[in-house]
Amino acid sequence: MALTKTLQSRSSDLSKPESQVEFLSSGIFSDGKAPIFRNLLDDHSSFPLKPNTLEVLQVNLGYMCNQTCKHCHVDAGPDRTEIMTKQTMQSCIDVIKSNNIETIDLTGGAPEMNPNFKWFVEHARPYVNEIIVRSNLTIIEANKTYNELPVFIAKNKIRLVSSLPFYNADKTDRQRGKGVFDKSINALRKLNNLGYGKPESGLTIDLVYNPTGAFLPAPQLSLEKEFKKVLKEEFDICFNQLFCITNLPISRFLDYLIQTENYEDYMFKLIESFNPEALDGVMCKSTLSVGWNGTLYDCDFNQMLDLKIDPNSPQSISSFNIDTLKNRVINTSQHCFGCTAGAGSSCQGSLV
Amino acid sequence: MNRSFRMLVSISKNRKFNIRMGVYYESNDLRKFGKIADYDKELADKFFDWYGAVFEEGALTAREKALIALGVSHAVQCPYCIDAYTEESLKFGINKEQMMEAVHVASAIRGGASLVHSVQMMNKVNKQEM
Repeated sequence: MALTKTLQSRSSDLSKPESQVEFLSSGIFSDGKAPIFRNLLDDHSSFPLKPNTLEVLQVNLGYMCNQTCKHCHVDAGPDRTEIMTKQTMQSCIDVIKSNNIETIDLTGGAPEMNPNFKWFVEHARPYVNEIIVRSNLTIIEANKTYNELPVFIAKNKIRLVSSLPFYNADKTDRQRGKGVFDKSINALRKLNNLGYGKPESGLTIDLVYNPTGAFLPAPQLSLEKEFKKVLKEEFDICFNQLFCITNLPISRFLDYLIQTENYEDYMFKLIESFNPEALDGVMCKSTLSVGWNGTLYDCDFNQMLDLKIDPNSPQSISSFNIDTLKNRVINTSQHCFGCTAGAGSSCQGSLV
Repeated sequence: MNRSFRMLVSISKNRKFNIRMGVYYESNDLRKFGKIADYDKELADKFFDWYGAVFEEGALTAREKALIALGVSHAVQCPYCIDAYTEESLKFGINKEQMMEAVHVASAIRGGASLVHSVQMMNKVNKQEM
């Protein structure tokens, strides 16, 4: 199993957001073989895409991660140094305090690796109904610093959303790295022992299935049934819901698609599976993404492509203004086909 | 655009989408399956409705149906179906060993279907030969 390195450490052109955007605008999209996303929106009377009520502030605490997964759209890894400061976290808290935002969704990298992770959670907790942490699970097993994390997470009633691309080591480790499956199972057992995934505990852990290759996910409910059965029977593990998330052609997954000559077929698959019904629930309508340096984006994927928010809106969390933001036009590009393919895809799984 | 980026672009441009007469199976033709309606919409619609209903979850799961379809694809030697149901199997997390076993089941039935006809050959031999 070849070790995955970040695109940045490989000095790959695709580590630059502008190179990815350029690539996604060329080839089949510039020579007319494939439709442009915004034209398809127009065909379905959905252009420009406008936001609904802001429900979730998704905050990226930094790109550092203890894992280097093959499909990572963040190009996260141990060598990434971008990290959110306490001052920017305070700006996020000020915004949720004064704007009635129900949920904050902490992501990364491994958000727990931000040295101010606990401070942020404790200071934000009184002002939101729900804190989601997108945890890779293995961070709990990474070293002594993180051994107490499960207790802290449970105490703050954090909802965990954790990647487990399959219920066996073979597929999981091929995507996420050698030994990840076993460590994830150990972490899940610890979390189950604290009540996570157990009925009436009030502690929720949802798992995320990302396809381990250049294909779309199977129907979410069907996979969830299978995951629940096998994880219970073979490992005595329980969880709440399974979210199926389509891999978007960004960063390391884009690199994988190109290197394996799957790029065009995959893009056509996304385009031909375009489902206008999924448009109503796309997460950019109800979520706003905050970059590690406080920059605002329509979603985490736009953040990685550095596709900035509507120029008529505030660009940073420090100048947040809900009235201006609710009138913005959502910035889209060809990667958006990933969120509207088949049953649709969002950070909360399928949309229809 | 530097050299390695140009190379990436050229990899993606290198794929052929033209009609190539004399080539019997083009993997891209699978994407045109829906176009059979251009010649007979009514029958195509009936076929695709029925096809969709067949693969819905029922007494068998969609996963089980994908594996059956993969085996049958090999028995009828349809390259489009093999592509489609290998991918469908991957979506459901069906592993390589399971896929290969399904192909062996289909092949065993196919081989057995030929071999069992040898009983007819034997009957004929036994009847006609002194």
